[in-house]
Formats: sequence, C-alpha cells, structure tokens
Amino acid sequence: MKLSRGLGASLITAVLIIGGCASVWHPSIPPVAGPAVFPPEQVARGAELAALGDCAVCHTTDGSRPYASGRGVPTPFGVVYATNITPDPKTGIGAWSEPAFRRAMREGVDREGRNLYPVLPYPHFTRATDQDIAALYAFLMTRPALHSDAPPNRLPFPLNQRFVLKGWNLLYLRPGPWQPDPAHDADWNRGAYLVEAVGHCGGCHTPRNALGAENGGQTLAGGEAESWYAPPLQAASPAPQAWTVDSLAAYLRTGFDANHGAAAGPMTAVTAELATVPAADVRAMAVYLASMMPKPAPAPVVAHGGDDPVFAGACGGCHGQDATMTRNGAPSLALSTAVNAPTPRGVIQVILRGLPWREGQAAPYMPSFATALTDAQVADLAAYLRSTYSDKPAWNDLPAEVAKVRGAS
Amino acid sequence: MMRLTVNGQQHEVDAEADTPLLYVLRDDLGLNGAKFGCGLGQCGACTVIVDGQPVFSCLTPVSVLGGRQIRTIEGLGGNAVQRAFEHEQAAQCGYCIAGMVMRATALLEHNPHPHEDEIREYMSVNLCRCGTHMRILEAVRNAAGQGMKS
Repeated sequence: MKLSRGLGASLITAVLIIGGCASVWHPSIPPVAGPAVFPPEQVARGAELAALGDCAVCHTTDGSRPYASGRGVPTPFGVVYATNITPDPKTGIGAWSEPAFRRAMREGVDREGRNLYPVLPYPHFTRATDQDIAALYAFLMTRPALHSDAPPNRLPFPLNQRFVLKGWNLLYLRPGPWQPDPAHDADWNRGAYLVEAVGHCGGCHTPRNALGAENGGQTLAGGEAESWYAPPLQAASPAPQAWTVDSLAAYLRTGFDANHGAAAGPMTAVTAELATVPAADVRAMAVYLASMMPKPAPAPVVAHGGDDPVFAGACGGCHGQDATMTRNGAPSLALSTAVNAPTPRGVIQVILRGLPWREGQAAPYMPSFATALTDAQVADLAAYLRSTYSDKPAWNDLPAEVAKVRGAS
Repeated sequence: MMRLTVNGQQHEVDAEADTPLLYVLRDDLGLNGAKFGCGLGQCGACTVIVDGQPVFSCLTPVSVLGGRQIRTIEGLGGNAVQRAFEHEQAAQCGYCIAGMVMRATALLEHNPHPHEDEIREYMSVNLCRCGTHMRILEAVRNAAGQGMKS
C-alpha cells in the first residue's frame, strides 16, 4: 500500500460515513424448504463453472467434505473465513432460493440481508450471466449437505461491522452482467467473460487500493495474492518470452510451460482446477489474455555467467546448465517471469517455500530452502539470480523483502 | 579452511565453498549417518538439523553454515524418537531412517504433541522406498506420546 496509515484511516472513516448516510438496506429473502430438482446438464455446467471460478480453493479445506469447510483467507485487513456453501439449511445455503443466491453473487449480500466481505469476489461474479449463476446454484444445491460452521472472521473494528461494506459497495461495486464487445469475435468475448466474471483473475492479478478494491484503471496490471507476486496479464507482462494463445492455453491447463516455467503458490490450485474444465473455455481465456499481452518476438535469453557457491551448491543440481532437469526441458531461469519481475516477491517465495509435493500428481517439485538459508543468504541469492539471469535493474530492499515474506508464512 | 560446528564440536574442514554439507559430513568428518539418496532434495535421506530445523544436507553448501549449529543422528545419543523407531521396528532396509529420525526429532522439539495431520504434513518430504511409512508414523506418534527429551 502506497497510502499512509493516516490517510487509509481517514478513507475508512469517510466510507463509514458514506455507508451510514446511504443506509442501503437489503431485505431478508424467505427461506426455501426441501431439495429442489435440477436438470443434469445444468448441474454439469455448474460443476464446470465452479472449477472455472475456483470455488473449492477457498470453500474446501478437507477434500472429504467438499464446499463445507472454508479456509481463512489472509488479507491486509485481517483473516476472513470462507463459509459453508453446501445445501445444509442451518450452516450452509440450503435455505437460499435462487434469487437469494443470485443476489449474493451480484451484490455481495447473503439471504438474510447481511453484507458479505469482498473476499468473495462478487465484484467479479456480478458480471456472470443469469444462466451461469443458475447453473452454479444447481450444482451447489445438489452437493451433499454437510453441517459445518465457519470460524469467526478476525477483523479489527470498524471493519468487523458489516454495514461498512455498504459504503464500500457504493464506491467500488458496479453490479450487473458483463456486456460483450462487438469489436471482437466470439472466442475473445467468451474468454473475456470467463477471465473478468467467473474466473475473477483480477482478484490476484489486479493491484488493490488502500481499501482493498481492485484499481479500476489498472485491470490485470499485476497484483499480489497471499504475499505472492501475481504478474501483469497485459502489456506490462515481464515474461522474457512473450506468451502466445497456445502457450497460455497449455500452461493454464497443466501448470507448466517450457518457455516460462511452473505455476507456483496460489496459482497451482488455479491450474489444477482449469485442468478439469472444457479445453475450449481455457483456450478462449488464452485468446483474451494473449490479445492484451506483448506480441511474441525472439527473446534475448541472458545468462551473464557468474560464480556463486550458494547457487552452485543449492540450486545448480537442478537449475545448472548441465543438470538433468535442464536437459529434460525445464526452462532456464532467464525465462522466469519471477526473476524478471519488478518485485523480488516471487523469487523469494519460491526459494523459501519451494513448490510443494502435489500428492498423487505428476507435477513440478522444488524443495523449500527456508531452513537451510538465512534471510541474508536468501537476499544474496535473489540478487545473484537477478544479475545473472536478467537485464533488468537490481532489486531494492532485498533483506527487508525476505523478512516480510518469511513473516507472512 | 572452513569452520563448522557439528554435534557441539568445532571442526576445521578443507572444502570448496559450494561443497554440500552431506559430502563434508561423510567424507571429511566420518559421520555416515546421513545418506545420499537423490542429491536433489527430493527424498530426505540426507536430512540433518541446523539451528533446530531440518535441512537437506545434499543441497546445503557448507559456506552458508558458518556460526550455525549442525546436528546429525550421531549426536542424538538414543533419544525418544530413536527408541520409538526401534520399538516399532520402523526400518526395512534402513536407508531413509536416519533422515526420518532427524526430521521427526526436529518436529517434536518444536511441537511435542503434534496432531496426526501435522505429523503427516511435516514428514511428507521424507520418502521411504520400502513402504514402511505406516510404522514410521506409528513411531513418531509413539515418541510424541512419551514426550520428547533430547
């Protein structure tokens, strides 16, 4: 956040006042009783949309209890817990009618009329079509009903008062479905819809302002997710080798591309979900994203050479020029988006946390170096990677950045 | 010359700065408990404890270890984890066991009564090719139950 604490606080106060004055009141929507019946094809489409929207990434912590137990999402303001979205009438959404569900998606308001926190990406979901919202509803209402209460959110006053969000919504929520752009073809429009509405890519890849809203003028200009770096998905993409429709489509479904590397951190869950949806949907997303990214050109692959004992001893076994992994097609670190990014966040995260095992899957793995290397050694290693594998200027404040990332575990 | 503190003893070793700690332990100091498995940080057979935390000694260059406390299985002296591994007969071929014992020791020193999920998560980076994971987990639970004394 670039804004000072004082300015942030006065902004919050302003929003409080606006929210109070506006006193936008949402009525409770009467409960529905008993399980409804939905056409199987609608439920199937809902399942695909749930994967495209990564619902399970936040709403499932225990794979044996899907959509029942939500995770605590760390935000700069505190921890917000994803709630139970199974059809359990008491602790889930079993009493929600379709209009109540649509209102939650469009306006961020629950059945009883309480505001939901925008950790639920309703500023994106509001762009979903009625038909897709209905399909998601059909899918969720046909899951097993499981009793599970979400833990209370950990937010400071006044943010723990939900009416504050009424002001936030007035400032930042523009409700209503997404409108296609007639200047582009059907594929592009389909992709734009999936990226901007259901897929809510901007949730991580768009920078946020002091009040946690996505910065309107900087859509997909690069942001942050759980203290991981989320690179720009438009003209500012720092990827040394420009993305193409083909490489993006393959990466989004496999979590790996030979000219860019492996998905890491929160992105691994996204690519794991996209692996299960129709290829045509992912390809459409790739068409839309590639249209905003720099045009492909031969990448100047730099490797300035150099000699660092820590790199040689800790990294060279896999990332060295003659290493087995390199010979098997893993890209040079010179092609890494994280190494070429404006912030060292991604490099530090990967050194400290590695790419953990993904049980039962053939997926990239890297061990964590959090215990082997001190903060100063991680900072030196990051500086070495930058100077050896990138032509971009050196990163500032590396030791402070390492301490920040380590503290955010 | 490089100075390393291993199991409380100071050693001067003549090694290149990028030499993995594992090679120095085995080849220069004669401490053969830690094993070479994959050399890529994928199996955990080389696990030792540095400043109270488990590290893959195959991927830890000696030059990062100045002033840090290194512990190997030779320095444990038959602790509760070792006794529990014996009691559960957790070893098949035994190649992974020194690494398993070191990782479990580090876990129980920080978290003497871990939940099952915490044990599984913590131990998951150490592999056993023989498939005695169930006995290894039982040994860790058993050691946790006895309370950890190092």
